Order: sequence, then structure tokens, then C-alpha cells
Amino acid sequence: MIRVAWLVARKDLRIEARSRVLLWQVVPFGAMALLLSGLALGPAHAGDSSAGPGLFYLVVLFVALLMINRSQVIESTPGTRASVATLGLDPAGVFLGKALALAIELWVTGLVLLAGTVLVLHTALHGAILALPSVLVTLAGLACAGTLYGALTAGGEGASTLLPVLCLPAFAPLLIAGERSFSAALGHGGLWEWWVIVLVALVAYGGVGILLYGVLEES
Amino acid sequence: MIRQLSQRLLGPVTLVLLALTIWLGVWVTPPDKVQGNLVRLLYVHPAIAWVALYVSFGTATIASALYLWRRTRSWVADRVAHCAMEVSVVFIILTLITGSIWGRPTWGVWWAWDARLTSTAILGVLALGYLALRRANDDPTLRAKRSAVFAILAAINVPIIHFSVQWWKTLHQGATVFTSNRTLLVHGSMAWTLLISFVGFTLLFFWLLRARYRLEVARERVERATLDAALSQRQREGAL
Amino acid sequence: MASDPLVHLVDAVVFTNGFPLLSGVDLDVAPSSLNVVTGANGAGKTSLLRLLAGLVALSSGEGTVCGIDLAKGDLRQLRRRVGWLGHEGSFYADLSASENLRFCATALERPFDQIDLVLERVGLSARANTTTRQLSAGQRRRLGLAWLLLRRAELWLLDEPYASLDDQGREFFDDLLAEVTGAGATVVVSAHDPLRSARLRPRAIHLAGGRVQGDRR
Repeated sequence: MIRVAWLVARKDLRIEARSRVLLWQVVPFGAMALLLSGLALGPAHAGDSSAGPGLFYLVVLFVALLMINRSQVIESTPGTRASVATLGLDPAGVFLGKALALAIELWVTGLVLLAGTVLVLHTALHGAILALPSVLVTLAGLACAGTLYGALTAGGEGASTLLPVLCLPAFAPLLIAGERSFSAALGHGGLWEWWVIVLVALVAYGGVGILLYGVLEES
Repeated sequence: MIRQLSQRLLGPVTLVLLALTIWLGVWVTPPDKVQGNLVRLLYVHPAIAWVALYVSFGTATIASALYLWRRTRSWVADRVAHCAMEVSVVFIILTLITGSIWGRPTWGVWWAWDARLTSTAILGVLALGYLALRRANDDPTLRAKRSAVFAILAAINVPIIHFSVQWWKTLHQGATVFTSNRTLLVHGSMAWTLLISFVGFTLLFFWLLRARYRLEVARERVERATLDAALSQRQREGAL
Repeated sequence: MASDPLVHLVDAVVFTNGFPLLSGVDLDVAPSSLNVVTGANGAGKTSLLRLLAGLVALSSGEGTVCGIDLAKGDLRQLRRRVGWLGHEGSFYADLSASENLRFCATALERPFDQIDLVLERVGLSARANTTTRQLSAGQRRRLGLAWLLLRRAELWLLDEPYASLDDQGREFFDDLLAEVTGAGATVVVSAHDPLRSARLRPRAIHLAGGRVQGDRR
């Protein structure tokens, strides 16, 4: 399982490094979305730092949808899915590999967006740094969940429009907990409950993925 | 024979219990000390919420798990999961509507960003997502497997909803019926009405589930006939 | 005594989206044989190959491939034992030819030193570091063959392999088919027309309307 996970993660990251979709498409989209969110708050509140955590996670969510779709599109080109299926890779390993690659891509994008939040939404730098562990773990949870939901919609009718319908409600508890823990790092409220939710979600999605990804691949 | 009898009695018993709930709730039980007559809505709302969040969603999840496990995999499990999730959507919508009707005079707004209300709304969209996923796949096996996995994932939200009342700052009622050490908070005719309401709406769920299941079996019969016709047509095509 | 068939289908039906791709196929394929499945567009050639590869599920009927029951067996195990060459191409477009083969070799735990050999065998040594997106259709087809050579599967399933090949490519392909069947592999090829090779004498199976309508050995 670990060998296959490593193989798949390296493959996905190599493809990403070669195609540079993250660099030239996803990160600019995220940056623009962050700017738009500032504009949406209106001129009086555009630099309102208290809105920073929520807007950061809202933009992360939309970025994650793009990246989850991308992660599945790599496997869905005609012929690739059939040929890779004949390799008989351990599905738990495939899940872990894709989730790991997606998590790394989300971390890179998340760091850029975090810097953007400090810059344009005036979120306190020290708070953003304190929030970093919770951000990384929340993004890992999103990656696990997203890999599963991506596989659920792969190849189906209207896959690209179905993915957000399935993902957004499932992501909501993770994002609420992520936003709350980010705010707690900025000095507003307690922290431990949100860590519990994020960690439980990460373990739950990770566990379900390891157990059931094979069922999705068979289908 | 017992099974047939219970199936025959399910509908009438459900109607009787619901009628009893309405009669007791509207005319017999006294108004609440604080909420006045608004409390009468609480003979309906918690029971509907209980069915929405635990009974129907739980049935769909268990049936999905049974489908996923090879030993218990069957089309019956898939049908039950699908039908239970459809009924769950109805009950979730009713939960939100009755909750809003109660919330308007109590909190002053139709919608408050309360943890339980929000989580219930999220669960409702998840249930709709399940139905959308089923519509996106025509192949029965593919549809059944993907839906089952999605239902399991959606069920992860249920404990989050449960714990949200305790952990999040909320306008919503805390524990209404029992305290944390299981002391009953509601007494007298109110308690009985609440109990009858819970039983009545739970039976309503099973009544609706059975009706929907029968409809699904009939729909599959029609679909099989269509597939058989397509197969004959294809075989004739080859013979030409 | 005749050996058991590697492929045994009885009234095999495959439905997808309410349409019967295969409408009752009866077919036995002997081991170490070369078989060509012919038929017009929509006859079910690709669907038959996908069924044999375990890539689509059997809707009704019976079938065993490589000893694995198509209805109840572990299709993942079946897929590991077949070599698949689809007509769309088989690779990750942003990886180079050698990177794709390296991925395959790692997945199947084959030694890497065979990669250069198979690339040379199919005439792609000079394009080893070219991404498959930049290869021509014929070159991608050759890369697919390299993938199959690396796998050494017991059942080769080739979906319209002669498409996009020039005369030299077709001759190369005929040589390869003769070599692998001689080495013991079983090959099932789909094509619009019977093979025009002077050397190969394959069994010709004709499909129409999702069923076998002709069988010439």
C-alpha cells in the first residue's frame, strides 16, 4: 500500500510540475478570488482583518474544487483509465497517493493564499503563522475528502458540475472548524474543539478512503 | 402472517398516532410557562428532526453499508437506501420549515446561523447530492456502489451535528427532553404527547418508506421490460 | 487432450446506459492462439475486448477468463493478467515515454533495465524522453506495444491496433504477433477487416449486433 501510494503521489506531482496548471491557473485564480472577496466586502470593510479567516477558507474551497477535478481528469483521459486499471494497483495505495499529492498541492496554494490574506485582508502575520498547523491539517482533511468525492463523480454524467454539489456540503464542517481554529489563533475564542473536529474528519475520511476506494475503482 | 398483519396495520396505526398527537398537542396539553402556545409546535418539530437526522438517514446509511459488504450485498439493500434517502429529504425539509416557523417569533428571524439549523441544512443538501449522484449514473451496479459510498461519507456529518449543540455557541435549545444524567425535563401530558409524536412520526417514516419501495420495485419491473426489448432488438439487428 | 479454453463465454450480455453492447456472446478461445474479431462499427468488438479485460461487468450469462469468473471473481486480479491496448492510447500525456514505462514497471515490479530494451524493440529509443502528448498517433501506438512487452501478460487484448500504422508499422506488428503467440501468449485483436497478413493464420470471429455471427478457423 505504501509503495503504491508513493508511486501514485510521485506520478501526480511530476505531472503537475510538468504541466504547471497549479502555477499558471490555480494560484492566479485563488489570488483573484481573494481580491474579489475583498471587493465584495465593500470599500469600508475591504481591509477588515476579522473577515480574513473566513474569506481565506472560502477561496481555498473553490481552489480545492478545481484541483480535485484536475486530479481526476489526469486519470480520465481516454484509454488511460483502462490501461492503469490493468496494472491492478492496490486501491488503498492509490487513494493515499492521490490524497497526498492533492494535499501537497493544496498546501502550496494555501501558503500563497495565506500570504495574500495577510497582505490584502490585513490578517495579523503572527496569527497567520500560529494558524499554520491548523491550516495544514484542515487542507489535508480536504484532500482526503476531495479525493474520495472526485472518485465518486469520475466518468459520470456531468462530472464537473456534480463534484461541487457533492463536495460543498461535505466540506462545510471542515471549513467551519478550519475558520474557527484560524480565528482562535488570531485570539478570538477557544481552539481545542475545532482541532478535534478537523482531526476526526481527517481520520474518518482517510479511513473510509483506505477501506472503500477499491469499491469506487471497481465501479 | 404476523408480517402481513403488521404491514396492513402500519398505515392505520400511523394515522391514529399522528391524529392523537395533533389532538393532544393542540387541545389537551397546556401552554408552556415561557413559550405559551408556541410550545405546541415542539410536539412536531423534534420528532420530525429525530426521524430526519437519525431514523431515515440512519436507515439509508445502514442499508448502504449492507450493500457494500459482499456477504449482504443485494438489490434490496440498494433500494432501501435510495428510498430512505428520498424520504429523508422530505423530513429534513420539514424539520427546517417547522424550525423556522418556531424560530421566527422566538428569535425574531426566519433563519439564524445556529449550529444545529446550519448542520441540518447541510445534511439536507448532502441528501439531495445523493439523489443527484444516483441520477448521474445509469448503470445499476455503478449507481448502487457510488451511492452507498457517498451515504457512508455523508453519515460522518451526523455525529458532527450531534456534538455541535454542545460545542458551538448556539441559539438552539440545548437538551430538551433529558438532562445529561438522564433526568426527564418534560412532565405530564406534555411528555406523553411528545412520546406519541416520536412514535407516530417514526412509523410515518416506515409507512412512506414501504410505499416508496413498492414504487421502486414497479419502476424496476418496467425498466427490465425495456432492457429486454432493447436486447431483442439488438439480437435481431445482428441477424439481418 | 485439449486444454481448457482461456476464455469461455456463454450467452454473455453487457448492458451500458440501457443499451445492450453485447447481446449474448458464445465464445471459447484456446490458449496460445491468435484470434481476430471483425465487424462493422457498433458490432460490439471493443465491448467484447473490454469484457475479457474485466473493464466492464457482465450483466447476464456466464464467463471465465484466465480461470476467473467474470460474474463472481476478483476482476482486479483478472486485469493484472491481461495486456490491454486501446485505440485511444494508454498513457499519461504529460509524462515521457520512458516515465510512463517506468510507472508501469514499478507498478508491476518489473526491473527497469527492460525499459530501454522494449523501447528499442518498438523503435522509440530516440523519443524516450519525449512526452506522449508530443508523439504522433502511430508512435503512441508503438508505446502501447512497449507497455505490453513490459507486462508479459498471458492474454493480449488489442483494440484496432493497425489503425494509425503505416506499412512498416503493420509489418512490425505482424512480426510481434507471431512472436508473442509463439511464446505462449493468447492474443485477441479487433479489426474492421480480417488481417491481410500472408504469414499469420488467425482464427476470424465475426461480430454483428453484439453476437458472434461467424467463426472461421
